Amino acid sequence: MQTNFTHHQSAHCENGVASNLLKNSGLNISEPMVFGIGSGLFFVYLPFIKVNHAPAISYRTLPGQIFNKVASRLNLKIKRQKFSSAAKANAALDANLKNNIPTGLQVGVYHLSYFPDEYRFHFNAHNLVVYGKTDTDYLVSDPVMETVTTLTHDELDKVRFAKGAFAPRGQMYYPIQVPKDVDLKSAIIKGIKNTCRDMLAPMPIVGVRGIKFVSRQIRKWPVKHGTKKANHYLAQMVRMQEEIGTGGGGFRFIYAAFLQEASVILNNEELKVLSKEMTQIGDSWRDFAVEASRIYKNRSAKEDAYNTIADELLDIANREEIFFKKLKKAIS
Amino acid sequence: MEKEKVPQDTSNLTKNNVKELLYATDENGDYTTTLSTGWEPKTIALSNSIDDINERIAEAKRQVETGEASPICYYMERNKMDLTILASYVGMWKWRVKRHFKPAVFAKLNDTILQKYADAFEISVAELKNIKKD
Repeated sequence: MQTNFTHHQSAHCENGVASNLLKNSGLNISEPMVFGIGSGLFFVYLPFIKVNHAPAISYRTLPGQIFNKVASRLNLKIKRQKFSSAAKANAALDANLKNNIPTGLQVGVYHLSYFPDEYRFHFNAHNLVVYGKTDTDYLVSDPVMETVTTLTHDELDKVRFAKGAFAPRGQMYYPIQVPKDVDLKSAIIKGIKNTCRDMLAPMPIVGVRGIKFVSRQIRKWPVKHGTKKANHYLAQMVRMQEEIGTGGGGFRFIYAAFLQEASVILNNEELKVLSKEMTQIGDSWRDFAVEASRIYKNRSAKEDAYNTIADELLDIANREEIFFKKLKKAIS
Repeated sequence: MEKEKVPQDTSNLTKNNVKELLYATDENGDYTTTLSTGWEPKTIALSNSIDDINERIAEAKRQVETGEASPICYYMERNKMDLTILASYVGMWKWRVKRHFKPAVFAKLNDTILQKYADAFEISVAELKNIKKD
């Protein structure tokens, strides 16, 4: 049993699944476009929540939000279901495959057998598409992989019912109504406005102010927590920023790609200029990662080194503040 | 980032033949996608956290051997879990799981409870009771 489905590799799982499912339903929309319209770019620092024994930092919005926002802004209908048992979840998935509907699933990463071991940790907001089934396996299109892959029936049960934060509870989703003509222009504007609002939010742990907050915290880390822990925190931050899924520079490059595409659709030259600026900011995030890696590589933490990267981060935050103010103006 | 500057360092992805997709600009400054085998700062960050996990495992093992902690502690670390995740997998309150970290309490657990832990760690009850001394 196999549905018609074309796999395209993407940088980030949720955008990739959304883009792949929509392409499959006849709406040709790129990954950066999904990310931009869905207002995926974000920054939040949650020191009271620990992920891998370090404070949680996210460069994106909550799982599921990107696709939901894209759906409401483009007037698509998405069906989402969660299940109380693996048997019910499997029956629903099999029924979909029988009806030739490739289906998006939220899954946990830990039991994904095709991932390199080092990348298998307890993270439950990964997304993939199941597009077919054989006697032993499910046919899987994981957007971060170059080609399609498979999971055994047992493995799929495990990843769909992974436990912990954001437990997927078998969640599956698929578009049920995709209009022929969509109003990309207004959707793009809504998406950009939303992102500007998020990044300039008057809250201390969110957006540009969140980045500044982290910059202040970094200065204190080596004194407050000791070198070892401070280095671990820093390494975790870089992983969140650069690991598979962000497309590099904490999603800044995907966002720049979106702005470039948007400038053509909206016929707005200013957005193209801003896209270039976003690329430069992304490059600075990469430089930050390089500097940070020097610190945790040498395992020495001179306070100086921490202050230097804190300064770098503060500079990025200041530039992003100016950037998002300009972006807001450019589309109003 | 320009396409030619996209790093192609050896990483943990290389040996699995996995490449990740990045967004970068071409010679005209237009965005395109390109594949990368890895980037050193990321590889170091990852190996840093793997070292951290291994240290935690070693420490947990030591505590089990000296009788300071129950094997649940050790297997939790080995499965890269923390208390919250483990409690969620076995379907018990966190304070209860924490109690089971005590060797004295662990010794009195019945097979139903032990089986829950064994399932969460994907091992047998026998393995749960005796950690390998390698």
